[in-house]
Amino acid sequence: MLRLAQTILACAAVLAVSGCGDVWNDPYPAVDRGLNVLYSAFTDRPKHLDPVQSYSEDEATYNAQIYEPPLQYHYLRRPYELVPLLAESLPKPIYYDDQDREVSADAPGVAYGVYEIRIRSGVRYQPHPAFAQAASGGPRYQSLTADDLAGIRSLADFRETGTRELEAADFAYQIKRLAHPRLHSPIFGLMSEYIVGLKELAAALKDADKALADQGKPGVWLDLTRFALPGVEVVDAHTYRIKVKGRYPQFVYWLAMNFFAPVPMEVDRFYAQPGMAERNLVLDWYPVGTGPYMLTENNPNARMVLERNPNYHGERYPADGEAEDRSAGLLADSGRPLPFIDRVVFTREKEGIPYWNKFLQGYYDQSGISSDSFDRAVRVSVEGQTAVSPEMAQKGIQLETAVSTASRYFAFNWLDPVVGGPGGERAKKLRQAISIALDWEEFISIFANGRGITGQSPIPPGIFGFIEGEHGVNPVTHEWVGNAPRRRPIDAARRLLAEAGYPNGRDETTGQPLTLMLDTTERGPDDKSRLDWLRKQFAKLSIQLEIRGADYNRFQERVRKGAAQMFVWGWNADYPDPENFLFLFLTQQSRARLQGENAANYANPEYDQLYERMRLMDNGPERQAVIDRMVAILREDAPWSFGFHPKDYSLRHAWIGNAKPNQMARNTLKYMKVDPVLRAQRRREWNTVVLWPLGLMALLIAAGITPAAIALRRRERARALPSVTR
Amino acid sequence: MFAYVVRRVLYAIPIVIGVNLITFALFFVVNTPDDMARMQLGIKRVTPEAIHKWKAERGYDKPLFYDGQAEGRDKFTNTIFFTKSIRMFVFDFGREDNGRDIANEISTRMVPSLAIALPTFILSLLVTISFALLLVLFRATYLDFWGVVLCVAMMSVSSLFYIIGGQFLVAKLWNLVPISGYANGLDAPRFLILPVVVGIIGGIGAGTRWYRTIFLEEINRDYVRTARAKGLSELRVMFGHVLKNAMIPILTGVVVVIPTLFLGSLITESFFGIPGLGSYTIDAINSQDFAVVRAMVFIGSVLYIIGLILTDISYTLVDPRVRLQ
Repeated sequence: MLRLAQTILACAAVLAVSGCGDVWNDPYPAVDRGLNVLYSAFTDRPKHLDPVQSYSEDEATYNAQIYEPPLQYHYLRRPYELVPLLAESLPKPIYYDDQDREVSADAPGVAYGVYEIRIRSGVRYQPHPAFAQAASGGPRYQSLTADDLAGIRSLADFRETGTRELEAADFAYQIKRLAHPRLHSPIFGLMSEYIVGLKELAAALKDADKALADQGKPGVWLDLTRFALPGVEVVDAHTYRIKVKGRYPQFVYWLAMNFFAPVPMEVDRFYAQPGMAERNLVLDWYPVGTGPYMLTENNPNARMVLERNPNYHGERYPADGEAEDRSAGLLADSGRPLPFIDRVVFTREKEGIPYWNKFLQGYYDQSGISSDSFDRAVRVSVEGQTAVSPEMAQKGIQLETAVSTASRYFAFNWLDPVVGGPGGERAKKLRQAISIALDWEEFISIFANGRGITGQSPIPPGIFGFIEGEHGVNPVTHEWVGNAPRRRPIDAARRLLAEAGYPNGRDETTGQPLTLMLDTTERGPDDKSRLDWLRKQFAKLSIQLEIRGADYNRFQERVRKGAAQMFVWGWNADYPDPENFLFLFLTQQSRARLQGENAANYANPEYDQLYERMRLMDNGPERQAVIDRMVAILREDAPWSFGFHPKDYSLRHAWIGNAKPNQMARNTLKYMKVDPVLRAQRRREWNTVVLWPLGLMALLIAAGITPAAIALRRRERARALPSVTR
Repeated sequence: MFAYVVRRVLYAIPIVIGVNLITFALFFVVNTPDDMARMQLGIKRVTPEAIHKWKAERGYDKPLFYDGQAEGRDKFTNTIFFTKSIRMFVFDFGREDNGRDIANEISTRMVPSLAIALPTFILSLLVTISFALLLVLFRATYLDFWGVVLCVAMMSVSSLFYIIGGQFLVAKLWNLVPISGYANGLDAPRFLILPVVVGIIGGIGAGTRWYRTIFLEEINRDYVRTARAKGLSELRVMFGHVLKNAMIPILTGVVVVIPTLFLGSLITESFFGIPGLGSYTIDAINSQDFAVVRAMVFIGSVLYIIGLILTDISYTLVDPRVRLQ
């Protein structure tokens, strides 16, 4: 037995050592050591990598490095600013009336605006088999037969690749794909309201698709070039125009998203060939772009790898930014060609504990901070200043913080007779009282480790329209005391409650206690403390809070049907414009009535009118005045208790450079750099092998087995009966 | 025996249909096709038209079990249950809700699952049986007593504790192996050692107690006394006779598990970053992907039935008195 245990331990040691070099617990291949690679992790598999369908953060992590839309956000400047990416310059719309006569932007009879986009020349796509040319000159892989696909399991099995120059027609092709009947573009509904002819194109494509199905050819490639889209005109190889109905100044922000990145027709055709989908060879999984990186390994179950695109057109590190960027060393690489990193490896890490421990071992270059790790990672001073803990500082780990362009709010359903619009003045005072009672400062401190700032309006910091200081305070819930906002005392809320007809939390006409209902998805033991906190807030006003927990589907259904009285919700910005937050209160966006984004179903005609004015205005004092009025209406009506704007905290190791949080840009990997030498050195220091436990375990096993072996041996040699002495 | 196997296979068909029916009913009690569409299409800017289109494309716009507006047998065949179930019986699992081929995914993920499950299973069996035999060998001694106490203590600890503790000690504190991850080929053992060892340790308590009970029943039989009377050593008696005669209850618990090893482990794969089928099933449940959940439950039930049939067959191999008719 002892020998067996020794053999097992020896084998384990040998296997552990094999391929490990001086560090045994390195999860990456030894050949990658010292290379210019960034190591990161992902939790959820990306669902879509097709730029026409992809809309989530975790998908943008990859797509934004591969695809390039016409515009992008400046990496360093704040407030967020659009700059050209594939476009040569920022497009300025030219407006026309319904007689096709050019008019000024503020003219009353604007029928449509035309955005002319001139793209950069000499931009080439990443190497891809869709572009491969046969010896005869035609496309190599565009007419594949079942025999051709016999040995093909992945894109790498196509031996030849090619490239070609980016053309304006590729952008037009992608815009047509928004209307593709077999794809689900989340912005099709919105864009079909604006891009001329997109709705009609969708109908025509739907008919064509049905005709193909009727002919027994379902799924056969739909050649979008055969279908006209009047709203998009290809002027020449490097210029195209988009015709947008009316005035829609926010349209330029969409041009910075991958929905408007180019997709070449031959790529679409390549993937649509029979037999490709069965091998999971689809554009939804194998993106093709012009960006700094290309996806070379797509295994969303374990690993995604981006590698430098050899055909990348090149871009230079920005030369300017915020005032403090220079002192932070963020401008040291100004003018240098991008990207700095050769390869980015994303490893799937579904659980937080292994993720965090691997970050501390130096195997992930960056990490977020979970609530469990917060106290270990961050120290908050009495003044509220945050810094990394001494343990992290000793490792050279640095903390990056940024207020996210998002709002978390507590919504009152405007359709509800007690807390909503039908309740009139009484309900308004009730909402205001609850808004005072809900102590979001306390919530942020207890449940978010201080990671957030209290919302005074729906507009988060960093977005035009947000006002800092005394003038930015919500007078209904806060007052300015000294040099800071302070939540109004609970007595103010009680007074409002009494004025609403609920003195001491009882209906003055019936004498019945006021009971309100909160719908939530939080119902597990982990959520109990948060729910207790909410009950406590309402108890301050002697209001009974009933919590109706449900799974996410049922919760959404109740909100969708307007059946939830109160609920907690959130919104992340699509683009850095106040319109993207203020539209959440529009009557025509009502969730219950029109399936829009106004989850509280708020309705106010004056607000709607102001919105129509505001959305067309350029940023400036006049627009700020309109926004102030809109925000004042919201504060008074209180359809939301403005919860908080979360703060994003992230950690990075000392060997990562040029990292600056950017809440709008997703294509940030190209700016970052790695010092692989320092990383290798730190990994060696932090991961010294400890062998004595193996020896101790062997001794323990031996100590357990030896007495047993001795006892067995003794028993085997013992006589059946004790010997008798005569 | 052939007739017996054929009969068991035929019996299995209504069982598999029943499992499929229950899975279907349970899934759609919790999730509606609208929920599935919303999960796939995201939260933002999802229009009712987009949801309808998504459902229509995937056949989720049909009634669940019964189509009152259809004629004849279409009342039953033009339903989600029928259209989604019928192809499964020819092992055509279709596509995930996000378009990937399920059969392709299963074949890819089966290897990592087996890479963990097979060594864990075999080594666990060896370790627990050996340990159980050792305890029986020293029955009614301090070794037996403290061995059982240790087993009870070990089986009282959550498997999650073994995983997190193992990762902390072996990978974080002693830096012997990677905390999590997976690689193919020669690099694989570095990632497999820890989950396999944790799996073995986690199973020692319950396994040893179970086998000890089986062996204790055998140890007082006449053939054991005869073997000892013949002068055989205790080790020979234990491993040569007791183990052999205890095979029927051992096989009952063991053979049925073998086919299901393909399905992987939900928690182990998740914590160790193993891209296997257990992880696949968890992902599918979280993303409300009915196509995958249904396929995995179907495969699980089929493999379990195969396991039961194999168990019956294995009885005839270890005990010549058993005949399958």
